[in-house]
Amino acid sequence: MSLSTQEAVRENKGAAAPQKYLLEVDSVRKEFPGVVALDDVNLRIRPGTVHALMGENGAGKSTLMKIIAGIYQPDRGEVRLSGKQVHMTTPLDALEQGVAMIHQELNLMPFMTIAENIWIRREPLTKLGFVDHKALRDNTKKLFDRLNINLDPETEVRDLSIANRQMVEIAKAISYESDVLIMDEPTSALTDREVEHLFQIIASLKAEGKGIVYITHKMDEVFEIADDVSVFRDGKYIGTDLASNLDSDQLIRMMVGREITQMFPKEEVPIGDVVLSVKDLCLDGVFENVNFDLRAGEILGVAGLVGSGRTNVAETIYGVTPATGGSISVFGETVEIKTPAEAMGHGMALLTEDRKDTGLFMMLDIQENMQIALLSQDHVKAGFVAESAVSKLCTEMSEALRVKTPGMNERIENLSGGNQQKVLIGRWLLTKPRILILDEPTRGIDVGAKAEIHKLITKLAGEGVAVLMISSEMPEVLGMSDRVMVMHEGHVTGILDRAEADQVSVMRLASN
Amino acid sequence: MANATDVAETNAPARKLPVEANIFLVLIGIAVFFEILGWIVKGDTFLFNPQRLLIMVLQVSIIGLLAIGVTQVIITGGIDLSSGSVLALSAMVAASFAQTSDYTRAVFPMFTDMPFLVPVLAGIAVGALAGFINGSLIAYTAIPPFIATLGMMVTARGLARYYTKGQPISLLSEEYMWLGSGTIPVIIFLMAAFIFHIALRFTRYGKFTYATGANVQAAKVSGINVGRHLIKVYTLAGLLAGLGGVVAAARAGSGQAGMGLAYELDAIAAAVIGGTSLAGGVGRITGTVIGTIILGTMMSGFTFLGIDAYIQDIVKGGIIVAAVVADQYRQRKRAKV
Repeated sequence: MSLSTQEAVRENKGAAAPQKYLLEVDSVRKEFPGVVALDDVNLRIRPGTVHALMGENGAGKSTLMKIIAGIYQPDRGEVRLSGKQVHMTTPLDALEQGVAMIHQELNLMPFMTIAENIWIRREPLTKLGFVDHKALRDNTKKLFDRLNINLDPETEVRDLSIANRQMVEIAKAISYESDVLIMDEPTSALTDREVEHLFQIIASLKAEGKGIVYITHKMDEVFEIADDVSVFRDGKYIGTDLASNLDSDQLIRMMVGREITQMFPKEEVPIGDVVLSVKDLCLDGVFENVNFDLRAGEILGVAGLVGSGRTNVAETIYGVTPATGGSISVFGETVEIKTPAEAMGHGMALLTEDRKDTGLFMMLDIQENMQIALLSQDHVKAGFVAESAVSKLCTEMSEALRVKTPGMNERIENLSGGNQQKVLIGRWLLTKPRILILDEPTRGIDVGAKAEIHKLITKLAGEGVAVLMISSEMPEVLGMSDRVMVMHEGHVTGILDRAEADQVSVMRLASN
Repeated sequence: MANATDVAETNAPARKLPVEANIFLVLIGIAVFFEILGWIVKGDTFLFNPQRLLIMVLQVSIIGLLAIGVTQVIITGGIDLSSGSVLALSAMVAASFAQTSDYTRAVFPMFTDMPFLVPVLAGIAVGALAGFINGSLIAYTAIPPFIATLGMMVTARGLARYYTKGQPISLLSEEYMWLGSGTIPVIIFLMAAFIFHIALRFTRYGKFTYATGANVQAAKVSGINVGRHLIKVYTLAGLLAGLGGVVAAARAGSGQAGMGLAYELDAIAAAVIGGTSLAGGVGRITGTVIGTIILGTMMSGFTFLGIDAYIQDIVKGGIIVAAVVADQYRQRKRAKV
């Protein structure tokens, strides 16, 4: 692809009539503490087209859409609607200026009817100022007729299936008659039949001259409905081209085409016996028939898009959500794990994906955060914590991991993300795990801390710890793993050896 | 975002002082306030009167026992509305086993003149059982603590009334009534405070209590059996309410079904004034003790100045709200960091 297209786009910005585009995004930059989410990003949406946004997890698509929908404000750059620069400070602003977004999460109120949900804040009123329920129903009926949706407007949303709720969300967004409609993975909750229906709706919106921004991970969808495709990678705008000029291989290469320059301290260490063996593991409705062996000293990377079931597999092995089928053996013995405590009893540790939600005790100090898993195993006599011994262990661990802090009684919320993560890793290392499950071990932390954590993981593997490492960062997975297991929609689509795993092969298995 | 670090820096030195120091200053302030008003209005000292100082704590000792329990419950992120009613039920049961045989219409004529320990243990056991039921409901049916303990609040009060069809239980043994005499309630309160202060600070029970309240998901992943732990905490809170009932009956010389009415709210107020956060994860027994004594000081001070009891309530309400506003403010400041 085509620098030429990119240049063409740039030229248009200067010379040609700006009204040519419904939506223009120019050099938008957005930073979050420690990360540049968007780095001088551009986007042009032509009227009457579907514009697909593609990129890996964390490429910046969702952040960009949130800026366009008024949820975030850009640090720099500008957004223009039909050639006019706009500042949207709330989602309401965006709606009023002609941008509607269909969210990935469902935002409907379950105890209200479909009609009430769609017209909320815009209810037709009677002369006396009451809600005119008849008009409400008729308006909804009209909208549904136009979209060919066959639902009773009086149904309460909680009685609808997830797919039907998604259709209501879509109808609601369309009811704003916006020029630009953002769809963030709208088909993830839909069955094939409804996807077909959605595509018909999209076609009629196109015919009305609207611009549709379509975020998806599904290649076939892109080639079925998209006119233009823009690719993002690591917060950067890579380029735009006509969908008809591309094929899926080219697209994948654009999405992953970074050079792996970061160094990974991967060392070849002796691989030992199988310590964890997972057979036909299932969790109803989430993932199916997961099979793998994990050996002492091995790092098994797990790749896949968010929502592919990676985290669920980890949580099931660890007993957070007990399996509904299949078996787990540890050191050759079949075990039943229903709680994290049981998993810990078998020498497992799980560093969870979301530090804030499931890891940290924000209002407690470093030692209190670090010692907690240890205390459920040891160092307690007659209920009393062996304070001096535990304190010594925590301090040593904190020094070994080079946690930067004024002291062990500093509240953990005052630490940077990287140091918080080190404390959480320390929490698990104190329990001397034989099987270490790491879910996004370096998410949202700075480069220095990242490298230290990578080094640490390698060192642990060298000591014979079996590591299962889930990561959305391709370089991390490829750089650290002995083997890479790829998941897609609740299935393992392949396990690649270090030699055969590269960005393209992994991405192909991940997006199928 | 840019000034996030600034906030962190300005926050750090402020946190060097324990929260209790602030609350203690409030207590001193209130005491000095009454001392000055005392000299102006009555020409008399408020503080330098040992008898009054004792009463200040004595009259809130029983609320203090409940407050020690509810502090732990609140630290786990829960609430206990049942402590006042459980106190009444425990007081009734304890009193029914503490009657002397001189009384011809004893509740249990065959259980009169029992050794001192029997009513004490019976009262405590009833309280612990009520707490155990609270905890089990919360842990295993996943209903909110507010609802579980609201149910217990109504049920326990009903049981207390039903126990003797509303009749008070009187003529209790001398031995038993000793528990409510003189400084004994204060000693029991402070001993319980000491024990649970140690428990929260130095035992695994305490560490797990804070962890559960600070982040229940993280606590589970760290291997804590959160359900079982909550049952422990609520059972202990019930046990303390039971002990409160035992002392209350001893102090009053009878068991009455109306005892401890709305005490649960005073207990929660004492905990909150003492710096326990309703968001969970934060709170200390020392703070709760000071919070309890603040309530006692205000009661004494108003009585000393001859101020209407109704006005006392009006001011107390204001203080409680102010304490929660301060708590919210602290939370918000944290959230920004």
